[in-house]
Order: sequence, then C-alpha cells, then structure tokens
Amino acid sequence: MRKLRQDAIRQFGTFGILLILGTVGFWVICMILLPQLIMIDYSFRPFLPLREIGGPEDNYTLKNYMVLFTNEFHRIIFIKTIWASVIVTVTALFVCYPISFYLAKVAKGARFSLILVGLIIPYWINELLRIFAWQLILSDAGVLNQFLLTINIIADPINFRAGNGAVIMGMVYAYILFMVFPLYNAMESLDRNQIDAAHDLGASWPRIHWHIVIPHAKPGIAVGCIMTFMLAAGSIAAPQLLGSPSSFWFTQIIYTNFETANWNQGAAYSMVLAGLCLIFIFSMMKIFKVNLRAIAK
Amino acid sequence: MISSRVVLKLAIGSYLVLFFVYLFLPLVFMSVVAFNTSTIPQVTPWEGFTFNWFRVLFADSQMWDALINSFIVAFFVVIISVPIGLAASLLLTRLQFKARNSFYAILVSPLLMPGIIIGISTFLFWDKAFHLSGGLWTAIMAQSTFISGYCMLLIMARAQRFNKTQEDAAFDLGATHRQVFLKITLPFLKPALITAAALAFMQSFENYNSTLFAIGFEQTLPIYIGSKLRSFISPAMNALACIFILITITGAVVYEVMRRREAIKR
Repeated sequence: MRKLRQDAIRQFGTFGILLILGTVGFWVICMILLPQLIMIDYSFRPFLPLREIGGPEDNYTLKNYMVLFTNEFHRIIFIKTIWASVIVTVTALFVCYPISFYLAKVAKGARFSLILVGLIIPYWINELLRIFAWQLILSDAGVLNQFLLTINIIADPINFRAGNGAVIMGMVYAYILFMVFPLYNAMESLDRNQIDAAHDLGASWPRIHWHIVIPHAKPGIAVGCIMTFMLAAGSIAAPQLLGSPSSFWFTQIIYTNFETANWNQGAAYSMVLAGLCLIFIFSMMKIFKVNLRAIAK
Repeated sequence: MISSRVVLKLAIGSYLVLFFVYLFLPLVFMSVVAFNTSTIPQVTPWEGFTFNWFRVLFADSQMWDALINSFIVAFFVVIISVPIGLAASLLLTRLQFKARNSFYAILVSPLLMPGIIIGISTFLFWDKAFHLSGGLWTAIMAQSTFISGYCMLLIMARAQRFNKTQEDAAFDLGATHRQVFLKITLPFLKPALITAAALAFMQSFENYNSTLFAIGFEQTLPIYIGSKLRSFISPAMNALACIFILITITGAVVYEVMRRREAIKR
C-alpha cells in the first residue's frame, strides 16, 4: 500500500493523484454505485402515498419483486422479452457473421473502405428513425403490403405489426452494427495463413469456419451477443414505435410504472432487467470461455 | 460444368448485395416519403413532389428547442466524460493495485447495462440526494455515466502504448509533474482524446434510452423524435431523417476524401 502511494506520487505528484482520484471517485461513487444503491433501496420499499413515506408502513419488503410472479401479464411479458431478445441476438449473429468475415479477411483496398463506410452510415442515423423506417415498410399501408397487393399475391393488407415479428425485425436492423464490429475486430487478428493452410489441406469451408475462424472469433461472438441481447432486452424505442398492444415489452411495463409514479415497482423491475442482463453476460463468458478484459476491448 | 469457385463467388456477391439492400432500402424509402405531398407518411400512392415537409419541420419551434438542448447536453457530456475517461485510464494503466480487476469491472459495468436502467437510477439518485427532479442536468449525468466508460477504453488503448522513459527523462532533468503532464502525457494522448470527444458527442446526440427516464419534461432531439413518432406521425419526421442521412453521407465523403489526401501525402 505504501509502495503504491509512493509510486502514485512519484508519477503524478500529490496534487495530480488527488485530482485523478477525485475525478474517478466522483464517477464511481456518484454516478455508478450510489444511483444503483438508491434504486435497490427503492425497489425494496412499498409504494406509498407521499405523506406515508418514512412512516411506520415504510419497511423493506419483497412485494415489488413478487408482483412478477403474481401478475400473470407481467410474467408472460417478461418471459416473452427474454426469448424475443434471444431470437434478435441469434438472427443478428447469422446475418452479420458472413459480412464480418468478408470485411475482416477477404475485402481489400477500395472495396474494404466502401463496405466500412456503408456499414457506418446507417449507424449514425438515429436509432428511432431507423426503427421508424420499418414502420413505413410494415404498416398496413406500408411498402411491403402495397407491393404484395400490386403483384396480386394477397387480396387484403396483412397486419405485420400484430405479433412480435415487427419488433424483432426492427431490432435486428437497428442493432446490426453492434454485432458486426465485435465480430470484425476478433476475426481481423486471425492469421490468413491458417485459413489458406487448411484450405490447401483440403478442408471444406464449413470445416474451416467451424475449426479455425469461430474458435478464434469467440471473444467477438461473445461481445456481439452480449451487446445485442442487452440492447434488445433494454430497448424501449422499438416496441414503442413498431409494437402493437399485443407485443408489449418488459421495458414498457417499467416505463408505465414511472408514468404512474410507482417508482418502487419500476425500480424493482429495473433490477430484474439488470439481473437478466448479468445472467446473460456471465453465461456468455462461461460458454465462450472469455473474461471481462476481452469483452471490454 | 461451373466450378465451385464461381458458385462461391456468386453466392458471396449476392449475399453482399442483399445485405446492403437490407441496410439501405429502408433509408431510401424513408427519404422518399419526405418529398411526397401525402399527409400520412407513405411511399405509395405518390401524390406529388413537395418540399413542404421541410418547411413544416423548420417552422416547429419545439424541434429547435430540442436541437439546442441536444447541443447543450452533448457539450457538457464531452466536458465531463473525457476528463473522467482520462483520469480512469491513467489510474488503470500506470498503477498496479490488487483490486484492479474488480475495479475495472465496476468501471465498465455501465457499458453492459441497458440504458434505461442508467437513466432510472440517475434520476432516482438526484431526486433523493439533492431533490433535483429530471432535467438537462440529470440527462447529462445519466449519459456521462456510460459515455465515460467508452472514453476510458479509447484512451486506455493508447495509454498502454506509452513509453514511460520519456517521462523519467523529463523528471531527471528537473521537470515538474505539471510540466510532464502538459508537455509529454497530454500531447501523446491527444489523438485518443480527440476521438473520445467526438465519440462522446455523437453518443450523447443519439442517446434515447438513458435520456428518456432522466430528462423529465425537457426534450433533446431524440426525445422529441420519439414523442412525435408516438403521437401524430407527420412526414416532417421523414424530412428530419432525410437531413440526418444527408449530413452523414456528406460527413462520410469528406472523411474519405481527407483520408485519401493524407494517404497520397505519405
């Protein structure tokens, strides 16, 4: 400890290290830890009228969490949000794997920068507007229905937004880049010679990917899946804009809780959502055998 | 018989075309609608060409207020996040301490959490601790919580490549800590700091999830877009999207031209 202090003062000076510690301390304490703790505190307190807060009724309780088990609608939505987010993640992985590989190991020169720019342009357009674009395609008078009507495949417009399909499609589209870039980063460091060697020895393309590319790209796959799942499960824009009453999302329940000023219930459900993401992160780390350092690269 | 190489080439080619059609076609539709006179945002039926929706958009004072708020928020997020990211990256790359890994885990945790949770917890914290209800300040705090993490990772990547002997030499020649920091450390990190500032600005400008719960009754541009798209949808939003697309494409072209010029210079 003493050595650490001496080292710190030697490198930054007393004033310097105090400034560094103060800045990082503010971030960790006032922006990361305390807000979380206060949210946890809220989540374990009952929802009371303003004058009863701090009164005899204001004791810690599990009630807010139990609602998830007792309210059937909430439970169904919660489980739906999990599987729909998994579908978004898996679909994004399949859609993005080839383009990431192509970008990392095949494309060169002008074509490489063209693809890169092509990938980045949609990313800088606001998430809400990207999702809105799908509303134009999937709504009753949307492009897709108009097209199908014109070529006489259907007689009446199909309500594409009825189920969860529209929300899932919009999310895959909106979060595609969060899958492409981690995959690309991981694949880029793979030595091209390994692929060529396997190819010369007669390995088929699926074999090469299964035994060489995928094992190498593991950290990237894990990061891409974690980011996509987190964004999907935590998305509020996509279900708000593309959803119908039948495709409610867990985040929308949280939003409604805050709209009705029931902060305690909202806090408890936020904790549930955070817990879900944590479980997903740890299971991805276990499945792909990567650590946090590889993830946050 | 066609060789398998040709088949593979064709398959890859068609996949690439399909992928980019998927990526860009929705944006094309969105832009086209901005010029259709129809009051409902739709591609077909085409009722005539107009610039009217841009006029409607520019006449909306709410939009201008939201835009100004977005700039204010993004400015403060940069001012807050870049120094925090710098301090944290110096702490993690220069000092060896035992709890480093768990400390690191805490610092990157906001990046792995859904934005709405950051927004909610920030809102609750400022309300409880300082009786400050949601507004621009809480939005700035919520965004900075995770944007600082991005800044830290970016700056760390460069700080790790720093050659300490430069600093040691300066100290041996009698330089003060302030001089070393301003003349050696900071200039070395400058490219990373600029990238971090740009990224922080854009992340803030784009952010919806964290901001939605933290900002109360104020509006940034994404919040404005969200409320418009949820209530009465007008093609004015398509006009806004069209402007976004134009700015992005112009930015990409300028960047590419500059990159090529740099490449020729070298």
